[in-house]
Amino acid sequence: MSNSTHYLNQLEDEAIYILREAAAQFEKPALLFSGGKDSIVLVHLALKAFRPGKFPFPLVHIDTGHNFPEAIAFRDYLANKIGEKLIVASVEDSIRKYNLKETQGRFPSRNALQTYALLDIIQENEFDACIGGARRDEEKARAKERIFSVRDDFGQWDPKLQRPELWDILNGKIQKGHNVRVFPISNWTELDVWNYIKKYNVELPNLYFAHERECIVHQDKLVATSEFIQPLETDTVVVEKVRYRTVGDMTCTAAVPSEAATIQDIIDDIIQTRVSERGQTRLDDQLSEAAMEDRKKQGYF
Amino acid sequence: MNTLKFITAGNVDDGKSTLIGRLLYDSDSIHTDQLGVLQKQTKQEGVEIDLSLITDGLRAEREQGITIDVAYKYFSTKKRKFIIADAPGHEQYTRNMITGASNSDLIVILVDARKGITLQTKRHASIGSLMGIKKAIIAINKIDLVEYSEFIFNDIKNAFEAIRGELAYDEIAYIPVSALVGDNIVAKSLKTPWFEGDTLLSTLEHIEVPSKENLASRFQVQWVIRPKDEENHDYRGYAGQILSGQYQIGDQVKILPSGIETSIVKIEKQQQTIEKAIAGENVVLHLADNIDISRGDSIVKSDELPITSNELKTWICWLDNAPLQIGKTYILQHRFRSVRIKIQSVDRKWDVNQWQFNDAEEVKLNDIGQISLRANQPLFFDSFEENSKSGNAILVDETTFNTVGALMFLA
Repeated sequence: MSNSTHYLNQLEDEAIYILREAAAQFEKPALLFSGGKDSIVLVHLALKAFRPGKFPFPLVHIDTGHNFPEAIAFRDYLANKIGEKLIVASVEDSIRKYNLKETQGRFPSRNALQTYALLDIIQENEFDACIGGARRDEEKARAKERIFSVRDDFGQWDPKLQRPELWDILNGKIQKGHNVRVFPISNWTELDVWNYIKKYNVELPNLYFAHERECIVHQDKLVATSEFIQPLETDTVVVEKVRYRTVGDMTCTAAVPSEAATIQDIIDDIIQTRVSERGQTRLDDQLSEAAMEDRKKQGYF
Repeated sequence: MNTLKFITAGNVDDGKSTLIGRLLYDSDSIHTDQLGVLQKQTKQEGVEIDLSLITDGLRAEREQGITIDVAYKYFSTKKRKFIIADAPGHEQYTRNMITGASNSDLIVILVDARKGITLQTKRHASIGSLMGIKKAIIAINKIDLVEYSEFIFNDIKNAFEAIRGELAYDEIAYIPVSALVGDNIVAKSLKTPWFEGDTLLSTLEHIEVPSKENLASRFQVQWVIRPKDEENHDYRGYAGQILSGQYQIGDQVKILPSGIETSIVKIEKQQQTIEKAIAGENVVLHLADNIDISRGDSIVKSDELPITSNELKTWICWLDNAPLQIGKTYILQHRFRSVRIKIQSVDRKWDVNQWQFNDAEEVKLNDIGQISLRANQPLFFDSFEENSKSGNAILVDETTFNTVGALMFLA
């Protein structure tokens, strides 16, 4: 079988094509970079799409203030290593600026609050497109989204009135004030991402590999203790070997028990795991069946 | 292992979502937490899990129990990776079905064994064929509800064969299935001993998708890489995907629209130099001469020129609520090149019900027709029938910027 028919090559070719289309069709695109594996893969793909030239867009990180220090350190390291511009938007700043109310509860998520910082940074920089690492296999609402997903001036997604997207022809023409979310790895699954990371030996923050960590056992999930999450007297606190399957806020991302020391170990773990990525690790998606759809309608990624 | 993209189509309630649910469930592709949610949601008595709930992702869809927009689902077996587009069955949402069909290699059309071929079956079969799909599976579903009747299966098969002549599928498989109970989906059913064909999954695993390697070579410049820094001062590369055919070092090429001839001196793929690139690959081409080339220009082989014309006849699927307007200017996006066009005339319309062309003067939402148009600059293209990569385009409204039409060029 020739090289290009292998599914990972097909996915890669599609993603590079989409990245170049975003760069060509928009005046001021940006690549949303979280320090998580999906956006690290996006950066890797962008290197393939644009080198030896510079990226035709900056990296933008929406810093919730609750990020893992390891993810932040890796973000700075990578941006520096590849010599590309990094813009950081702070959710803390938006909270102060708009006097926003934090989500209540033991494990608050700043997911919904991220939208304010995102929309502000879009407006300040006049970004007309934001490239993100969301995948359709992550969640039901995402399974419905186009590759070029048009948002109105409020950043809102109208799932009942999406533009037709025919063949691989992408239409990025928009009205002033609107912007587009671009998803180059829409068609990748979690396993595809890991297989790709393995194939190209893509560098990752060490959070993704098994390490010892002090965690609170909350229902059946392990939440790391940190400056944001202090154990209560009634908590069961354990020190376990864990890894992160997704990297979100420290306050609402759960670790999974794991011995996986290499990428291949992680791949084996995933193949055996019968729980979905978000289901196993995100405390915020389980609030309601349509949690993600509702956040997306408000302007979330 | 390669990928097969397929769409499931059929009437409302013919069981598309259940079929996909069944494929995912029987191939162990559903995570336990998702199953838990589904069990909670399942309201039907006596049914453990309503498999159709797997794909309907929007609040409005669950409320109404219908599919509004395409949902993409992923699963793989040892043989292949699959991307499923679960398309809406309602006529109202046909344009979303068209989106799904345009991105598929194969169409699975579900037919309710009790109802046989319906108008919607014919509509979906027409659209799949028109959008360039070459492989079809007619899944005759709910076969359990007609007592696994071979007679009914053959009756529906013959009815579809009778209309097949107008369609461009080069391979059609007929399979009696029950998505609800699982007959002939993943495992061969003991209740249809008369059926000699493969199960649905096995057919999906083995059907061959034709490659575009042997068509005329087509390449449009997607992005010009010109770093202009010290290290790469003279670097000038033309990045893009090989749409069809193949390119190698030394090929004599012609640049369109300028018409200038030159040759390929270097091909890069991911910063590695390669000798030859084939359809589907993303490469950077370097040419012998420094010529002014920009995004949207075509690089073709001098002995395989495309059609050049600013007057075209084309198939059209209309996707906008406002009907097509003769005389109005639209933007035609031919991949990376956009030109302005005017519709000259509506020539005829495909009548799905009568299964024939009729004279027509207008094209409305979800209509399939043929039109004549004139562009302000020449286009360089092939007929869609010959080359689905260089023979298609979209129409964009000049004011709303919505995608209003799918175009398939006629020779």
